[in-house]
Amino acid sequence: MIKTNKKQVQKRNRAEARFRAYGVLSLLAAASVLFFLIYSIVSNGYTAFYRTTVMLDVELDAEHIEVTPPYSRDALMQGRYSSLVKSALYAQFPGVTDRRERRELSRLLSPGAELAVRDYVIDHPDSFGSTIEIEVPLSSDFDQLYKQHLPRSGENIRFSGQQLQWYDWLLEAGRIHYRFNMQFLFGGDSRYPELAGIGGAVVGSFYALLVCFLLSFPLGIAAATYLEEFAPRTRLTRIIEANINNLAAVPSVIFGLLGLAIFLNVFGLPRSTPLVGGMVLSLMTLPTIIIATRASIRSVSPGIRQAGLAMGASPVQVVFHHVLPVALPGTLTGTIIGLAQALGETAPLLMIGMVAFIANVPATPLDASAALPVQIFLWAESAERGFVEKTSAAIMVIMMFLILMNLVAVVIRTRTQTKVE
Amino acid sequence: MNYVMTVDRTDTHDNVIGQMQKSLVSEASESRTDIKMTAEGVSVFYGDKQALDDISIDIHSKQITALIGPSGCGKSTFLRCLNRMNDVVDGCRVAGRITLDGEDIYATNVDVVSLRGQVGMVFQKPNPFPKSIFENVIYGPKIHGHANTQDDIEEIAVRSLKSAGLFEEVKDRLHAPATGLSGGQQQRLCIARAISINPEILLMDEPCSALDPIATARIEDLMWELKENITIIIVTHSMQQASRVSQQTGFFHMGVMAEVGTTEQIFQNPVDPRTRDYITGRFG
Repeated sequence: MIKTNKKQVQKRNRAEARFRAYGVLSLLAAASVLFFLIYSIVSNGYTAFYRTTVMLDVELDAEHIEVTPPYSRDALMQGRYSSLVKSALYAQFPGVTDRRERRELSRLLSPGAELAVRDYVIDHPDSFGSTIEIEVPLSSDFDQLYKQHLPRSGENIRFSGQQLQWYDWLLEAGRIHYRFNMQFLFGGDSRYPELAGIGGAVVGSFYALLVCFLLSFPLGIAAATYLEEFAPRTRLTRIIEANINNLAAVPSVIFGLLGLAIFLNVFGLPRSTPLVGGMVLSLMTLPTIIIATRASIRSVSPGIRQAGLAMGASPVQVVFHHVLPVALPGTLTGTIIGLAQALGETAPLLMIGMVAFIANVPATPLDASAALPVQIFLWAESAERGFVEKTSAAIMVIMMFLILMNLVAVVIRTRTQTKVE
Repeated sequence: MNYVMTVDRTDTHDNVIGQMQKSLVSEASESRTDIKMTAEGVSVFYGDKQALDDISIDIHSKQITALIGPSGCGKSTFLRCLNRMNDVVDGCRVAGRITLDGEDIYATNVDVVSLRGQVGMVFQKPNPFPKSIFENVIYGPKIHGHANTQDDIEEIAVRSLKSAGLFEEVKDRLHAPATGLSGGQQQRLCIARAISINPEILLMDEPCSALDPIATARIEDLMWELKENITIIIVTHSMQQASRVSQQTGFFHMGVMAEVGTTEQIFQNPVDPRTRDYITGRFG
């Protein structure tokens, strides 16, 4: 017969059930918040990957464009396409002849419409004289109307009843299409939401992270290896260690100020560039990488070091042949987590001027550029309705990159775990 | 005849024991070959703490010398002095003189790397490099420049693994990770790795304490084979192991070498009361 204190057992069981319930509840709370966040971002943002276009029959008249043969690329870039596109639109509405009415009609089109024609002409310089069917973007307001983000009537409507009629007529005529927005993925920023793209910011962030990685990875490993394996245990090294740990907790905006003061003002490096952005971000990631590397170096079994030494390897050989290869996965994981952190960092980039409006996709790390988090910040600030979906879509893009980077870290970790087992 | 007997009886008891010891020692030294390594008055300090006090011992060539004693008595510390593994320990200081073939291994002109190339070591816990079996046995020859061509490397790998009695078991998976081997196989791989650079002396720090009796027996057989060419010094907790494999035994007690002699003498006729107590199991 097992003696049990029934009361005590009941009490203990209840306490355990309660504790489990708390755990499940907090997990549910966290999951629902996360779900709500992702849902609101995706539901707001997915339309940014599409845009509405209107199909126009454009007569490519060299005289209209004011270009003469031979049609060099530069000359074609300089051409005037605006009136060409507008007359193609007016041709759809022969009844509209009044200048004021025509100006209102032309507001259905995005300023990017003429650029679409220009790009077509540059790609097909032999098409002069012919009439082409081309899809040009609608202006942001009608894009938003199509996506039902703006009401057709009510207060503060941004279009006249007549514009609405024209839009409806185009819709009925089957000239309005809903297309995947390549320009959003690959283009640069723009004042006009329907033309704005995330490409410049993605490339800028990529260059900044590349610079950050190239600087902080070798420096971080070298510093961590020296501190962990070679540095004498003196008061000085202890002070350095404590300060590295403290640096990891310093607000990032301070690193931005440091970058502004040193990289821009003392070294005179170009403002707003991914090069300087990457250098500032590497100041931030260095402590993370050093701490992760030291932890993984410390976790290398001392037996391996002893074996190396006893085989007649020098301390440097032991480190490079045996310790670092074993510590590398942990180091890489730490590095990727540090880079993921750097990818989302906004404040230091604001400080070094990466907040400027840059419409170009940077070709090198030395070109002025935007960065993903700063682009989100800029779009979130913009007043136009069209930038709301862009903001959410940009967040989706940055989150995708973060998830990808963390996945890589997880893969590296699990692969090395199975290898050790 | 009677007269002679009487004279013998008149000898003091102490003298008789002294003569017995002398004869034992001389008998042993006749069978022994030359002396490979000598420690004279070795003391080791960890900071302020003295771990070893005035240790002296001669290590005979191509024999197995066992160092026994209770935990914390300093036998491993002494072993690690012999290939200067204590160098890397912070605050460790070695006094006295240790010679290898008459040459002081702590002299300033001695290169530690070359010393460790001649004095190999096997540790308590099998510690293969987390690489392939093949890479483990060729690492030493590679960094010491013993093997330059691929043929040399393979020949050394096979020879070392064969000498360690491991080749037959692993010949089909030379490039598999060494960490996938069993504990006994890992330890034999560590021995193969140690002998891959043809050391003259092999230090073994409780090489069987993490192994089962069967794996232990294999390692002990292996030590008998290796003894043909290599001088072995083994630290062991197991007195049975010391008596099975060694020709000479040193008994450590609280940082001093309480007694050293032939294994036969130490186990059958210990002089020092501490040795006697330890061997008869009164402590330890």
